[in-house]
Amino acid sequence: MNQNTYWRENLKLLKILLVIWFCVSFGFGIILVDWLDQFTFFGFKLGFWFAQQGSIYVFVILIFIYSWRMNILDKKYNKDNHSPK
Amino acid sequence: MSTQELTYIFVGLSFALYILIAIASRVKSTKDFYVAGSGVNPVVNGMATAADWMSAASFLSMAGIIAFLGRDGSVYLMGWTGGYVLLALLLAPYLRKFGKYTVPDFIGTRYYSRVARVVAVVCLIFVSFTYVAGQMRGVGIVFSRFLEVDINTGVIVGMAIVFIYAVLGGMKGITYTQVAQYCVLIFAYLVPAIFISIMITGNPIPQLGLGTASAEGTSVLTKLDNILQDLGFSPYTSGVKSSIDVFAITAALMFGTAGLPHVLVRFFTVPKVADARKSAGYALVFIAILYTTAPAVASFARLNIIDTLHDVPYSDTPAWVNNWENTGLIAWLDKNDDGIIQYGPGSAFSPPKPIFTDKKGDHGQRLIENKPSETSNNEIYIDRDIIVLANPEIAGLPGWVIALVAAGGVAAALSTAAGLLLVISSAISHDLLKKTFMPKISDRQELLYARISSAIAICVAGLFGIYPPAFVAQVVAFAFGLAASSLFPALLMGIFSEKITKEGAIAGMLTGLIFTFSYIVYFKFVFPEHNSHDYWLFGISPEGIGLIGMILNFFVAKVVSNFSKKPPESVISLIKSLRNP
Repeated sequence: MNQNTYWRENLKLLKILLVIWFCVSFGFGIILVDWLDQFTFFGFKLGFWFAQQGSIYVFVILIFIYSWRMNILDKKYNKDNHSPK
Repeated sequence: MSTQELTYIFVGLSFALYILIAIASRVKSTKDFYVAGSGVNPVVNGMATAADWMSAASFLSMAGIIAFLGRDGSVYLMGWTGGYVLLALLLAPYLRKFGKYTVPDFIGTRYYSRVARVVAVVCLIFVSFTYVAGQMRGVGIVFSRFLEVDINTGVIVGMAIVFIYAVLGGMKGITYTQVAQYCVLIFAYLVPAIFISIMITGNPIPQLGLGTASAEGTSVLTKLDNILQDLGFSPYTSGVKSSIDVFAITAALMFGTAGLPHVLVRFFTVPKVADARKSAGYALVFIAILYTTAPAVASFARLNIIDTLHDVPYSDTPAWVNNWENTGLIAWLDKNDDGIIQYGPGSAFSPPKPIFTDKKGDHGQRLIENKPSETSNNEIYIDRDIIVLANPEIAGLPGWVIALVAAGGVAAALSTAAGLLLVISSAISHDLLKKTFMPKISDRQELLYARISSAIAICVAGLFGIYPPAFVAQVVAFAFGLAASSLFPALLMGIFSEKITKEGAIAGMLTGLIFTFSYIVYFKFVFPEHNSHDYWLFGISPEGIGLIGMILNFFVAKVVSNFSKKPPESVISLIKSLRNP
């Protein structure tokens, strides 16, 4: 029971983060790139910025959010106190 | 001191450092050899992963490709970083929990089948060898240009260094040399980028300099767009490739990155599951430092090249043009006999790569056999691989910066080559010998076989570098498509689905691999004249076809699993334990 809710919460977190992952790269950097280019951001066209800079920064943030949230989840379900052999 | 002497000193010092580290981290057990005893600090592992991952392609070629492709070059930037999100969220923590040495090991155990293990070994060897050949070429280019030795000598020196620390130290030796190599390569990449950013934009941070408006009120990108349009190119910040192709290539690179064995195995080396997650984050930070600088380097270089070459008499060009011409990576064909270089869209001559004769032209340029192309006014051929190496020279930076870049290029190539050679050798000694054909060998014997196969793999890789098969350069990018269509789905389904059976996984991997491989071979080697948008399936180029191969893999695995006998109880409990850190 405990194990199942832990896994479900993990999957929920994965879904949210992967939707963001898809939006910033495939969404903003590829599909919507021409439309976003009408806006400027720090001197860049916005779509171009996402394609060559922004998406990479978001990727980094996503991994650290995952790591942080999972550590909290591990604690909640008492999973952080042994290292696998 | 001359640039060449400085280069000898820098490259020599870096080699001495790698060997010292190797001697300090010799190993005695297979666990140390395969996964560094699973005792690597996550931040250290992140740095080693970054060096492992950033190859000669990232260091030497990527900025050059982006410089010439403009926005379409984003496929490499997003594709080669976005895969880390998949890696960190979907694979690394679970593979760390599994913990047993290799990627085929996981596939063989999860799919309770020797056949699945051997199929995974075949995929791994194919992916890793195409990749390693490219690294050796990178070492060769650096040596031939900066140390003015024969390419073969360069390859042999590179092999000898990798031999020492990979055979002696296994994963432990490789890990700590990769940390040193990361420091060398990132410093070598950033120093010229920062100098050039200050010179062109006044902003020391290249990532910001790219967008900063200069004194004339326009940013580098706007200026580049205008100049390129004046010369007849399409603007730098808009794309030429179709959206679907850009989408497919980016996806194939991302999923391929997440399925690359030499990257995955790095996450077996940290102590805990939580460390694997954190480590992937640090790895991407260290990678992103280079990957966000690359687009800036690319546009600065493109601007500088046009400034130095276009409408400039050949006799007035700086010395670097001549140096690179001597290595055969720059060629000039004076089509209108005016002694002045004209730069524009299209290939200057056909075939597009220069074939040099022994003769010199009126202006001292090397003459070529190629026919001038009628449709283009362009007169100059510039190999994309030289952009990063030539960048400091183009910008007129001092000799020590150039020497540093040479050492960085060698570090990038060697660190990746070592990582690849290790997964090849452990797949042979552990998966083929110990787990399949010679199960009775002891730990000590297995370690000996691991060292022998690593030595053989280095020699084969060296041969690829000395006698590069014509197809190598073309195939490297396809290693990703193959990894995406074969290994990635098998790993993902192995963790997230209890229903996939061994029959399903084997059928899926083979479908993905064979489909992707045939599509690439068909368009690249059988009918290269058909390799255009009109003939492609759904308008997807061979570079991006791994995405379709991957979808086929998932589909076939699912269908076949429905018609085969359920996985045994022991596998179900293995999956449960993977999900429980």
